[in-house]
Amino acid sequence: MGMTITEKILAKHAGVDGVSPGEIINAKVDLVLANELSAAVAIKEFHRVEGAGRVFDPDKIALVADHFVPAKDPRSAEIASSMMQWAHEQGVKHAFDVGKGGIEHVVLPEEGLIAPGELIVGGDSHTCTYGALGAFATGMGSTDISAAFCLGEVWLKVPQSVKVIYHGALQPFVYAKDLMLHTIRMLGGIDGATYQAIEFTGETIDAMSITGRLTMANMAVEAGAKNGIIPPDEKTFAYVRERTDRAFEPVFSDPDARYERIVEIDAGALVPTVAMPHSPENTVPVTQCEGVKVDQVFIGSCTNGRIEDLREVANILKGKRVAESVRVIVNPGSQKVYIQAAEEGILGLLASAGCAVNTPGCGACFGGHMGTLGEGEICISTTNRNFVGRMGSPKASIYLASPATCAASALTGRITDPRSLPLEPVAV
Amino acid sequence: MLQGHAHTYGKNVDTDVIIPGRYCNLTDPVELGKHALEDLDKEFVSRMKLGDFIVAQSNFGCGSSREHAPIAIKGAGVSAVIAKSFARIFYRNSLNIGLPVFECPEAVDGIEAGDDIRVDPATGLIENLTKGTSYTAQALPPFMRALVDAGGLRPYVEQRLRERAAAQSR
Repeated sequence: MGMTITEKILAKHAGVDGVSPGEIINAKVDLVLANELSAAVAIKEFHRVEGAGRVFDPDKIALVADHFVPAKDPRSAEIASSMMQWAHEQGVKHAFDVGKGGIEHVVLPEEGLIAPGELIVGGDSHTCTYGALGAFATGMGSTDISAAFCLGEVWLKVPQSVKVIYHGALQPFVYAKDLMLHTIRMLGGIDGATYQAIEFTGETIDAMSITGRLTMANMAVEAGAKNGIIPPDEKTFAYVRERTDRAFEPVFSDPDARYERIVEIDAGALVPTVAMPHSPENTVPVTQCEGVKVDQVFIGSCTNGRIEDLREVANILKGKRVAESVRVIVNPGSQKVYIQAAEEGILGLLASAGCAVNTPGCGACFGGHMGTLGEGEICISTTNRNFVGRMGSPKASIYLASPATCAASALTGRITDPRSLPLEPVAV
Repeated sequence: MLQGHAHTYGKNVDTDVIIPGRYCNLTDPVELGKHALEDLDKEFVSRMKLGDFIVAQSNFGCGSSREHAPIAIKGAGVSAVIAKSFARIFYRNSLNIGLPVFECPEAVDGIEAGDDIRVDPATGLIENLTKGTSYTAQALPPFMRALVDAGGLRPYVEQRLRERAAAQSR
């Protein structure tokens, strides 16, 4: 019987020939990630483990200060600096403080720390982003991350796989974000793929940029999945080889691999899609919520904070002003994205259009700081979750959409279909 | 034996309402516990008594991987969560930190807010003392059962480290 790409990566890292869904394995990890929030709890736990002392391999650990940076208060400053201090003590080189990294899930692929066939665990639910490069990657809590720091291995239950096959070419102003929001609904909502691996395949994915693929895999957890994964191809190999000379072994699903189900989606028929409050599964075509007045537009995050996302926003806002009634906040996803956007003139263009351009970070997305919402406020955002209280007040409402839909809405102060704009999208 | 009153909630109780992001720079269980379920049920912490249960519909704990969520629930003094199903990371985190979690759709259907509940964590027997009914929660797979019996993930990690040290010294 054949195996899926997920099963093959797990088998290889468990040192066995084959694995089956439901089986519990001990798997070696290629990289363990934590941010300053999950690290604060994980390092505390690490110090409690008798016999721990040193991490299993300092080169296979990545630590990123991104959630409350620049520090929102003394406590936040302390947990970030404690993490950096611990990184120094343990000899962890891949440790990124504010100004040197950015959002973990934008930074790690960019830095060449992720390659096809690898197994990554991270103390953040959006660790599943890395599946875009043909790796197995899943989010865990701090105690599991501490165990991985100690042992270099984790216990995992092998997930069933769900295969999604996408047909057709995306229409203008329809992006990976729209496709993924639609996919969450098609899979059965926010628990539609609980404990499962989602394998994204088909001609739409083949044609998609690495940035688009990262957006897709990023939101696998929003369907409840353990991981999302995309078969690696020449685009993946080129992306990874530009960033690392580390050897890697790509793996692919067998033709007779077993799937819990196979879902086919006509991507060519899709229109710009929005997830309405208060769940990523509440998706509708943008035409059904057009005209809703918004107080804030947020552009950024591990879902949509990459240079291609910012180029799309710049294309729409170029030479214009955002509506007087709306606050527009833009967070480039990483320091590299920020520098690139500066070089391309995008930061200046956005600032001139009336956007507040912030330093990279997760703050606004998770209701931390630098863009939290007040009572009764409405925000349209390129982020990944719109649960009650996610971005601040439990009495605020969040709509999730693509960077283009958010940029179009910034111009009018109301939810706006980007196809109604008198311009062409940029090629992504 | 765990005993207390039930506080009932709906489906998809996510980690953002269990412990909002604004508190995630805290690590102390008691401090986190003061804000447990704050954005879902503002009165929960003042209303609940030590040892009470959270009883919820499906997909409890969906969303973020923040371990702060089960830590806050445990820190507030909740003895266990009974739900129709749990989100993956929350479930794993709960076992790791020693917050008892029970998957039992029948019990959830048979429990109303305020009911007096008794649970035997060893057997998974859930008794509704108010209504005189009882249910058995889904058993953990043997590997996870062993982790829980050992007192969480840390003893398991320590055992693995001892095995490695012994192998190296041979």
